Amino acid sequence: MSAVPLHLTVALDGAGWHPAAWRDPAASPKALFTAAYWAALVAEAEHGLLDFVTIEDSLALQTTRLDGHDGRTDQVRGRLDAVLVASRIAPLTSRIGLVPTVTTTHTEPFHVASSIATLDYVSSGRAGWRAQISGRHTEAAHFGRREVPELRPENLADIDKAPLVRELFGDAADAVEAVRRLWDSWEDDAVIRDVATGRFVDRDRLHYVDFEGEHFTVKGPSIVPRPPQGQPLVTALAHARLPYEFAARGADVVYVTPHDTEQVRAIVGEVREIAGEVRDPDAGELKVFADLVVFLGEDGDEARGRRARLDELDGAAYTSDAAIFTGTPGELADLLLEWRAAGLEGFRLRPAVLPTDLNAITRGLVPELQGRGAFRRAYEADTLRGHLHLPRPASRYAGSRR
Amino acid sequence: MKQVILAAHFPGVNNHTVWSDPASGSQIDFASFTHLARTAERGRFDFFFLVDGQRLREQRGKIHDLDVVGRPDSLTVLSGLAAVTDHLGLAGTINATFNEPYELARKLATLDHLSGGRAGWNVVTSSDAFTGENFRRGGFLEHAQRYERAEEFVRTVNELWDSWAAEDLVADPSAGTFARADAGEFAHRGTHFDIGGHFTVPRSPQGRPLTIQAGDSEGGRAFAAATADAIFSRHSRLQEGQAFYRDIKSRLAAHGRSPDSLKILPGVTFALGDTDAEAQENADHIRRQQVSPQTAILLLEQLWNRDLSAYDPEGPLPEIDPDVSEDSIIKGRTRMYRDPLKAAAEWRALAESKKLGIRDLIIEVTGRQSFIGSPSRVAEEINEFVQGDASDGFILVPHLTPGGLDAFVDTVVPLLQERGVFRAEYETTTLRGHLGLESER
Repeated sequence: MSAVPLHLTVALDGAGWHPAAWRDPAASPKALFTAAYWAALVAEAEHGLLDFVTIEDSLALQTTRLDGHDGRTDQVRGRLDAVLVASRIAPLTSRIGLVPTVTTTHTEPFHVASSIATLDYVSSGRAGWRAQISGRHTEAAHFGRREVPELRPENLADIDKAPLVRELFGDAADAVEAVRRLWDSWEDDAVIRDVATGRFVDRDRLHYVDFEGEHFTVKGPSIVPRPPQGQPLVTALAHARLPYEFAARGADVVYVTPHDTEQVRAIVGEVREIAGEVRDPDAGELKVFADLVVFLGEDGDEARGRRARLDELDGAAYTSDAAIFTGTPGELADLLLEWRAAGLEGFRLRPAVLPTDLNAITRGLVPELQGRGAFRRAYEADTLRGHLHLPRPASRYAGSRR
Repeated sequence: MKQVILAAHFPGVNNHTVWSDPASGSQIDFASFTHLARTAERGRFDFFFLVDGQRLREQRGKIHDLDVVGRPDSLTVLSGLAAVTDHLGLAGTINATFNEPYELARKLATLDHLSGGRAGWNVVTSSDAFTGENFRRGGFLEHAQRYERAEEFVRTVNELWDSWAAEDLVADPSAGTFARADAGEFAHRGTHFDIGGHFTVPRSPQGRPLTIQAGDSEGGRAFAAATADAIFSRHSRLQEGQAFYRDIKSRLAAHGRSPDSLKILPGVTFALGDTDAEAQENADHIRRQQVSPQTAILLLEQLWNRDLSAYDPEGPLPEIDPDVSEDSIIKGRTRMYRDPLKAAAEWRALAESKKLGIRDLIIEVTGRQSFIGSPSRVAEEINEFVQGDASDGFILVPHLTPGGLDAFVDTVVPLLQERGVFRAEYETTTLRGHLGLESER
């Protein structure tokens, strides 16, 4: 049996990843915008001892078009802010990591740093961030301060060469760097409460971050003292060389989208090679997780039948950037272990229908993996970094005195 | 009889928050926020209130290190507090200058959904380039443009909230309709914001989260009368409170609003004791903790606008006059004295007549404890303010984190309830409901 247990996370989005998931008999479409809905999902994921959940977000309505509004009324439209959802759930859970998506494109890095650090306080060390770019014209039009041309398929044929994409990833890299500096800008022991000198804080342990990038500068220090984890977990989804480079520079975990074992080897190899070139050795090893959409059933026919019924309701066969798995938890466990043997550390599973496929993960897949000695039987740490065996880093400014 | 509105301010950045007291706990741990919020809810308060700050203050070019410094992101903490409270309103100060309407409208509408209709925001604006150094844009507005931009900001946010009608979220699996086709559609073409598209958050329980306003200038008053549901005011003395109250309420008719549609809530402090004499002793003790010898010099520097670090806190005031140049010794905070020479002359006269050294004088002139006395005296005075139309209630600013509200809730609130001027139980589930304001459906 394998020595290193794998990491398991789920990606929560709306009623699930299939566009017709909200029409499944088990779905609660009227509850999607309530706290109770999210609390129940995350409690289930915590019950399954998962490392963390991610919560999707975007600054535009969901759409089937590459860019622009599609006006469809038969799919879930509308989202809540992912950071606030995570924070709302944090006091109701105690172990599971909470990783909301926040774009780097239209936000202020100073606000992002503050809100994720605050989530780390509210959750006592369980916060992460899925950093994402927003390349859509529709999102830019909601902010009105940046002209972005409409995305077309021909722009994406080779995204590594598209100037806009390069610019957005450059901006994203700057945002992650600025945020990380802000998290370090208060040393851990900056609050001294020294009655004799009347000082609440030792100003020599607070640091200007003086970040200067192409699109923004941030002076610092943060308004939030250093968060419990020091550095909350930074994660990113990546499909090509440019985002691999972004992840290798700034992230702790990258989600990739191989479709077979051979692609697992190729992608992991490419990511490791890039990390070897661009990653700061002090940042530790970049963890590579694979994304998979999952339709699970007690037997394979049940899962396939469910998928087919949803496809019929939606009027189209479901496709995804990630591989789509349809089968039993046992078969999924076989696949995950095979892929892990090819170089992955963990998986981010995207339940096709909530809560059905989430429940199948926590109540079917998890026991299956535990039985094979490949997954934890109890949480061994209190923090998200702890689940991933990442040490709590010292502030980069510690010891330097202005 | 008018019902008293009560809100609880989480104590933070300024010298009024006493951190040196043994009873002072963490300023940042979520447990502190939970304690204060649950205490406020136990006391059936209308809402919990957080203030904002986006850059650490500096004085004489150095980060200010004597006061509490550091605070969490307001909306993120409020969303966490929604999980540990059931009725309490949750309001935060948000600086409109350093945010964009689409993003902020999303967050506030999200908080309203996640709290079941308890969200509120206190709109402030900034023309402070010092704070703007932390942001992509902002901080560079002319002072005169502040309310103009703020007014357009609030209008835009309201347009975004209104872009979904309650009926737009259908979620009917059998009909196959999740949302109506034009749900969330908006277009705002204005001077400060030119944006359009679709908003992502369905209509929230309150329709529009509560809008609170601060600001005492003519522009601030006009802005509040036009758009706000509540005003966080500074007038904590009876007569000036009554004058402010009359002025604001008289402006409402011009906007087609009733006097009850805008609540006036001064921020106030308090010191309690079993007897009035004991309360006065407590108040004096608090004042000495708030104004340490080092703080006395720093506060003096804020009027003098000079480095006075060589002066003895127990000694006399400087003979040199304040520096009245434009450049301020303090950054990240408004200069508080309009005529420094006049203020300095008054301070000198007061110090002379009462034989006060610097620290004692600062304690005397910067004190602003609003209610000092036994619980029955404080309850009496609070009610007198409200029935006398000097306010509709108060935002209470305790001096201690997190237990600074405990005694008030245990002793003063029951007396207000006995008088029938404060609720014994929550009667509604939304912040607008608590304040007697209709939901904007």
